Amino acid sequence: MSQARKQLAIGDALAQVGAAGLFLFSILAAIPGSLRHVRETLRQIWFVGAMSLVIIMTCGLFVGMVLSLQLYYTLAKFGGTAALGTVVALSLFRELGPVVTALLFAGRAGTSITAEIGLMRATDQLSAMEMMAVDPLAYVVAPRFIAGVVAMPLLACIFNALGILGAHAVGVSWLGLDNGTFWGNMTANVEVWSDLVNGVWKSAAFGAVVALIATFQGYTTPPTSEGVAYATTRTVVSSSITVLALDFVMTAFLM
Amino acid sequence: MTQPRRSFQIGTGLFILLGFAALAYLATQTTSVANYSQGDSYAIKAKFSNIGQLKVRAPVKLAGVRIGSVQSIELDQTTLDAVVRIGIERRFDEIPDDSAAAIFTSGLLGDQYVGIQPGGSPVMFKDGDEVILTQSSMQLEDLIGKFLVSGDNSKKSPATDASSPVQAQPENP
Repeated sequence: MSQARKQLAIGDALAQVGAAGLFLFSILAAIPGSLRHVRETLRQIWFVGAMSLVIIMTCGLFVGMVLSLQLYYTLAKFGGTAALGTVVALSLFRELGPVVTALLFAGRAGTSITAEIGLMRATDQLSAMEMMAVDPLAYVVAPRFIAGVVAMPLLACIFNALGILGAHAVGVSWLGLDNGTFWGNMTANVEVWSDLVNGVWKSAAFGAVVALIATFQGYTTPPTSEGVAYATTRTVVSSSITVLALDFVMTAFLM
Repeated sequence: MTQPRRSFQIGTGLFILLGFAALAYLATQTTSVANYSQGDSYAIKAKFSNIGQLKVRAPVKLAGVRIGSVQSIELDQTTLDAVVRIGIERRFDEIPDDSAAAIFTSGLLGDQYVGIQPGGSPVMFKDGDEVILTQSSMQLEDLIGKFLVSGDNSKKSPATDASSPVQAQPENP
């Protein structure tokens, strides 16, 4: 790849980021207009939220279980297995719950949003809406964006709850940790606002990021089958990278 | 036409309810909110010369059972002791008033809590009473310090077993 083409590629990537940023502003501007389509927003919450429940709950349970096993092994090395409940709860609430849910959300809901909007673009449905004086940003994009911001924290909470139950099943029922120690240490060290709600803010931000990237990729896709396929792939790749990078920045600020 | 639309809305409502139920469950069962005593409680005072790492809302236990929590920790300006106010749930109202309070650590790395050792007095604690017999928190630094000092002594007299000074420590009043 020659120097000029490298610069072109970097320029393209920057232009994408800039365009996505501008797209965010046009979504925010379209939100008042989308309030007339509450039903559509509810339908999208159902579609991206409730339909993701199975994968979120299963993964939450298994992440909690494996976390319990691994941390038990680690804590047993210096006789601190009593802290298992605390460590599991803190790592789930503060970190794993929001991040893993966001990654699953990008794979489960983000891709379908991109593919749906991309196909609308490819089959000229978006242009048809514009000709009928229906703002596609207000009718198609904004409801999906709102649905992402609303559904993600709820999904993360469900993920956390299932994770705690899984960790309890492994730690107490299988590994034989005392039930009272497990809950007692957890309730003594986990705070509502600085730990639990901290994770809820994070997951709302991740929901916004994933929904923004998914709608942006769908909205700006080249109107071909190949274009939609690439856009769907880019949704998963960019949202995973952005979520993990934003996670570091938000953790540093919310600490 | 209305039927599928309604089921969407009901499903969405159920999903949102489930999410908030999960949040409420996490907030009330797994965080410190669970430690706020629900019922009525009465308060007794205990003075300690050193409370170590004891914190407000630390558990108060009798025979290992949680009966209340630390409500406040203040410094008595005249005696320079720590005054710990202990809230005990009203249903545990039959604790003899000559019971002793001590500060223990749960596990090697665990948090500190107040342990009540029951006495034999026929009179029970009531609101505002003070615990006379208290035992301060065991400071790991002090123990290590004593061990190091007594370790030096044992070098001077090789006949003494290195472990015997440590065993002698708790008997020191």
